[in-house]
Amino acid sequence: MCSTCGCGSAEVTFEGEAHDHPGPSASGALHSHSHEHELAQASAHDHAHDAFAVESGFAHTHAPGLDAARMLRIEQDILAKNDGYAAHNRTALRERGIFALNLVSGPGAGKTALLVKTIQALGGHYPISVIEGDQQTSRDAERIRATGARAVQINTGKGCHLDAHMVGHALAQLDPPEHGILMIENVGNLVCPAAFDLGEAHKVVLLSVTEGEDKPLKYPDMFRRASLMLLSKIDLLPHLDFDLGLCVDNAHRTNPDLAVIGVSALTGEGMAEWLAWLARGADAMRATACATARVERSDALPPSLARGSSGG
Amino acid sequence: MHEMALAEEVLQIVEDAARREGFRRVRALWLEIGQLSSVEPEAMRFCFEAVARDSVADGARLEIVAAAGSAWCEACAAPVALASFGDACPYCGGYRLRVTGGTQMRVQQLEAE
Repeated sequence: MCSTCGCGSAEVTFEGEAHDHPGPSASGALHSHSHEHELAQASAHDHAHDAFAVESGFAHTHAPGLDAARMLRIEQDILAKNDGYAAHNRTALRERGIFALNLVSGPGAGKTALLVKTIQALGGHYPISVIEGDQQTSRDAERIRATGARAVQINTGKGCHLDAHMVGHALAQLDPPEHGILMIENVGNLVCPAAFDLGEAHKVVLLSVTEGEDKPLKYPDMFRRASLMLLSKIDLLPHLDFDLGLCVDNAHRTNPDLAVIGVSALTGEGMAEWLAWLARGADAMRATACATARVERSDALPPSLARGSSGG
Repeated sequence: MHEMALAEEVLQIVEDAARREGFRRVRALWLEIGQLSSVEPEAMRFCFEAVARDSVADGARLEIVAAAGSAWCEACAAPVALASFGDACPYCGGYRLRVTGGTQMRVQQLEAE
């Protein structure tokens, strides 16, 4: 059980930089535990009202000679709790102008290699931090930290995906810098992570050209939820019987709006386009956060100043 | 096997309802699972039976209500049925389809005693 908020994530462990959970003084941290409890309480409160309102419209059924049984209308999304945590993460990230991506792929598509190259190329312009998700080991986080970037490793134990609650904890530990880029490298798995919103701005799906053109048709849920598909390891194309056009067509069958960029972390081919996509997203997120902060500051001014009173 | 995580979420929703409404046992539980959702109904049955053991929902009958997948075809400017992602529009054979229904995963209702 988590000693900070008492959640029962027994199998999930966090391994990060050499600092503990931020204390109450780190009130600017993204995921304060008090918020989390407010969230849990707020949702429990709402549900109680919903259930009461609906259930009161339901007659209890009593069958003679049988135990009293009653029908209760619940009407609740199975993922409502995860989505609540995700919304909280998303708001906290937006307020701090952090462009967050959920990187998903099958195992071995080259997510970590691409991240290392991305940090080396862009880390001087944007603070980049990383949440690494794997069932076991902190090997990926160590590879990221070797670049100088901040990283926290989540070990999901037997879990096959990250969820928004785990990411909330990791954010509290990582405390990613404002106006930066946060990369969440999900567990290598093209199936399970699809359903779990983490609070990211976009899902980015990696597909290496060694995997076959039909992956988007075999695992459509992941591709339909992504905004960008990175076709990785394109330096290997001359050695493979891989039809790039067919792969893109298959991806567009499941998601007509999916953007596609081919990249090679090894040769650097396509990296400029990927980095430009990232920079556009990060700049837009920063601009939105700054504009929101300006509006809030002007709201806080006395009415006479906020209206630009001439004072005459 | 994300159905295990989803089954645990279902159980938590049921246990929250049990605390709120003060019932001791669930006889039956209705889940609405869209044809285009991330759930395999048989895997959900298997996982729910496992996670519900020794809980208020131990032995509860699981009724899975299927919801059909549907989409809007941009080329035809018409609503169409969509059984799975990657299928073509049944009228024009194109793929510019916007999903409009069938992705839901909901706990609808339960029978308690």
